[in-house]
Amino acid sequence: MNAVAAAKIRNNPHFQELVAKRSRLGWILSAIMLGLYYAFILVIAFAPQALAVPVAQGSVITVGIPIGIALILVSFALTGIYVHKANTEFDRLTQAIRDGAAHDGAFVGRAAVRGGV
Amino acid sequence: MKLRQRLLLTLGAWGVCGTAWADALTGQTEKQAVNVHAIVMFLLFVAATLGITYWASKRTRTTSDFYTAGGGITGFQNGLAIAGDYMSAASFLGISALVFTSGFDGLIYSIGFLVGWPIILFLIAERLRNLGRYTFADVASYRLQQKPIRSLAAVGSLATVALYLIAQMVGAGQLIKLLFGLDYNIAVILVGVLMILYVTFGGMLATTWVQIIKAVLLLSGASFMALAALWHFGFSPEAMFAKAVEVHAKHEAIMAPGTLVSDPISAISLGLALMFGTAGLPHILMRFFTVADAKEARKSVFYATGFIGYFYILTFIIGFGAITLVATNPQYLDGAGKLIGGGNMAAVHLAHAVGGNLFLGFISAVAFATILAVVAGLALAGASAVSHDLYANVFRRGKVNEAQEMKVSKIATIVLGILAIGLGILFEKQNIAFMVGLAFAIAASANFPIILLSMFWKGLTTRGAFWGGAIGLGVSVVLVVLSPTVWVDVLGNAKAIFPYSYPALFSMAAAFIGCWLFSITDHSVSAEAEREAFEAQFVRSQTGIGAEGAVAH
Repeated sequence: MNAVAAAKIRNNPHFQELVAKRSRLGWILSAIMLGLYYAFILVIAFAPQALAVPVAQGSVITVGIPIGIALILVSFALTGIYVHKANTEFDRLTQAIRDGAAHDGAFVGRAAVRGGV
Repeated sequence: MKLRQRLLLTLGAWGVCGTAWADALTGQTEKQAVNVHAIVMFLLFVAATLGITYWASKRTRTTSDFYTAGGGITGFQNGLAIAGDYMSAASFLGISALVFTSGFDGLIYSIGFLVGWPIILFLIAERLRNLGRYTFADVASYRLQQKPIRSLAAVGSLATVALYLIAQMVGAGQLIKLLFGLDYNIAVILVGVLMILYVTFGGMLATTWVQIIKAVLLLSGASFMALAALWHFGFSPEAMFAKAVEVHAKHEAIMAPGTLVSDPISAISLGLALMFGTAGLPHILMRFFTVADAKEARKSVFYATGFIGYFYILTFIIGFGAITLVATNPQYLDGAGKLIGGGNMAAVHLAHAVGGNLFLGFISAVAFATILAVVAGLALAGASAVSHDLYANVFRRGKVNEAQEMKVSKIATIVLGILAIGLGILFEKQNIAFMVGLAFAIAASANFPIILLSMFWKGLTTRGAFWGGAIGLGVSVVLVVLSPTVWVDVLGNAKAIFPYSYPALFSMAAAFIGCWLFSITDHSVSAEAEREAFEAQFVRSQTGIGAEGAVAH
């Protein structure tokens, strides 16, 4: 892709919307994931007894176990949220950008790419 | 029971025991009586995978077929294959063993191994697919000078692959000796030869299907074990945990965090290495180029995260199942009340306890298949670093035809296979506990920073990437050598010079600072051109416009 074609796409409002929305979602979800994981690790390092509390009176199951399992499920759920947003909204925007670029003749085909990588 | 013996198998996971993941496949095992069920089932697996390799060889003609299966793998298939790559025999046996001995602590490691995947999805998976073709060096060198960046990326890849491969080969030899009753050297040669056959003839297509089959077998086997263990307690987790607390020597302590993660520096450093090391492993990154586009790449990570998370929940149940069903049965214990075959045999004994000799044979065959799938992926990643990065782009400066590059990649695979066999035999009696930890440290400190910055930071120049990556590589190697895992455990010194077992916090910081410092002080004309080229790269990384299309199979 040459600089002119790139600049044209970069100025496309769809492109700016895509980049802004996708970056925001990506960083928010990353922050949630890192925040939860490090909160878990720091509780283990500094206050492990907090996870040793039973979930109910007389139960041997501690709160640590559902919290740990929940972290695994949350990791998967967060990837699901991202993929859902990306498959719908982000892919629509990407298609609009591609259509615009193809219309402008700025689309760079396979042949040009071989040298580019 | 064919595993009757008293010896220590520490085919632990990296990620397990006091020195944490370092505890890779160390320790000695004794040769067992020949296990007929296991060998028959393993031969079935080998026959099926060689059949697939033959089928794949008919479809592997171009370099694109060889490195990436022509980009024709679907997101779901690739998700399974990634899970197959990531769920090693060490993590299956090692994490269930850690749960068996320490309970809750096993869950802490499982979570550490998993949380890197969402981050890979949110920040790098799609960009990687949009920019790269065969190797992660394609992405790192996209707008930078080919020769220095590809050379550095190839060194980082080969170092990671070699360390990982040696650990797998030694682990394979020990495990097979124990489970199948085969001689160590024969086991290592067998693994090496099969790996060469899969990769040279079937390329990425065969490797992918070996990983998919193995993932399905491992997930089914582990599901059956977990369900069978729960069935003994009327599917009541409460009843199973209560029984485990009653019979385990540590009683209630197994339900809460123990002593595995004690000081915050080690905890944070380990967390960084686990998370970002995964995002710098060449054989994992290569899997993103096997799918058609960014959409399939993101679906791959979604499915992979689901399968890997499910697998870790199963290993947790299997570990507790082993406490209740294996540790209480004298059939599986030696005179001192320890597990026959060592702590890492918890899942294997549980297989026998819930499914008899036939299921034990199945799980043993699956463990062997697991190692084969992982080494095939490693060999392909190593071969592509040699043929695509070093030979085609550095040595021949891109002036090379498909046939020549294919030939070099096949020669590289054979050489890597022979080297892996040789090193596997050479390291049989060595303490190699540090190797996987070092591989992750190098991946997180040398490979990951240049991939991330090349995609996210306009200011990165060739000089910055080269020196930053080289510093990350050097610092991680030096700190691991000076750490307790090598300085004390391998070299036998009394006290480690570097007090932490995990260098990632320090080596990653050094790499990022190096990339930044050597980039901003780079005022050359070429550096300016590289900064300007960021815009076109950014547009392609976001939209995929210009990325090569896929060839459907």
